[in-house]
Amino acid sequence: MERTTLKAINAARAARRAAVVVTDLSDGASQVFLEGTSFPQEWDSLIVDALRSGRAGIAAVEGRSLFINVHLPPPRIVAIGAVHISQALAELAAVAGFDMTIIDPRTAFATAERFSAVELLAEWPEDVLPSRPLDRYTALAALTHDPKIDDYPIRTALEAGCFYVGALGSRKTHAARVERLGQAGVPQDAIGRIKAPIGLDIGAASPSEIAVAVLAEIIEAMRRRDPTGQVGGAR
Amino acid sequence: MSKEPNILDPLEIAETWCGGGRNVALATVIETWGSAPRRVGSHLVIDDEGNFQGSVSGGCVEGAVIAEAMEIIESGIPKILEFGVADETAWRVGLSCGGRIRVYVERIDG
Repeated sequence: MERTTLKAINAARAARRAAVVVTDLSDGASQVFLEGTSFPQEWDSLIVDALRSGRAGIAAVEGRSLFINVHLPPPRIVAIGAVHISQALAELAAVAGFDMTIIDPRTAFATAERFSAVELLAEWPEDVLPSRPLDRYTALAALTHDPKIDDYPIRTALEAGCFYVGALGSRKTHAARVERLGQAGVPQDAIGRIKAPIGLDIGAASPSEIAVAVLAEIIEAMRRRDPTGQVGGAR
Repeated sequence: MSKEPNILDPLEIAETWCGGGRNVALATVIETWGSAPRRVGSHLVIDDEGNFQGSVSGGCVEGAVIAEAMEIIESGIPKILEFGVADETAWRVGLSCGGRIRVYVERIDG
């Protein structure tokens, strides 16, 4: 492998872009292909399959033996709202192997004392997200049920193709949200992707139980995503 | 989001070692059968002094891979190594889990 190839792989990983490395096992020649770019026609389906499945393997193409390796960004959770559910979710997310970030402009909620183990940003989502964009490998959980704080990140997550977008709130709260988002020009099929009420229906009552339900729903969205879908992220 | 680079990441280590002027080989699991402890695509990085980071088998065959990698750093010719219970070498290095793996070892050039 050329050093430039190695650098390209690491740069893609650092930028949270999916990358596929194709190595010809007969002579060691290797090339890197990034998600969202175009691929050589004869390898196109191999590369696309690898990006979708996340699985590496050997493929025979025109008598050549190729090793296809794939590097997908690790999934992460962004929670809006430094609330009680987020405290429980932060602990559970670490156990399940997710990185987590919490954003809440209300400094009374967003204190380091309440959230010691995760990244906590006491700022408005509007100020944070442009420089730290959501992506297809991110799950967004909007947990404040305050439209002033939740609506912008929900819209942004739908546009970014986050693999999961969930919003806390009663059916009535959500109906009002659907109304607002529609008026703001968010397409109906995108609005339909929002998981609300948030979390799998397991009868969760306490904040910790709701956090379990939310995390389970995030894992389900990640593991059961439609690999052929163009939206919904994290292929 | 703004995590420090993981110093235990073999590909990052490989880049760092190359940047520091060290001669480096990369080993990659390319096929597995049966109960292999590391999935296809896993990496082990080795330098010409035998330092290594990462894993291709969870410890069973690393020693043999590292020895081969030192030669590949010298020759520059990539090689496919196979380990399994049916293979005498593998038995000697102890792939006790009963699986079989193929490992591709190449030098990082340039």
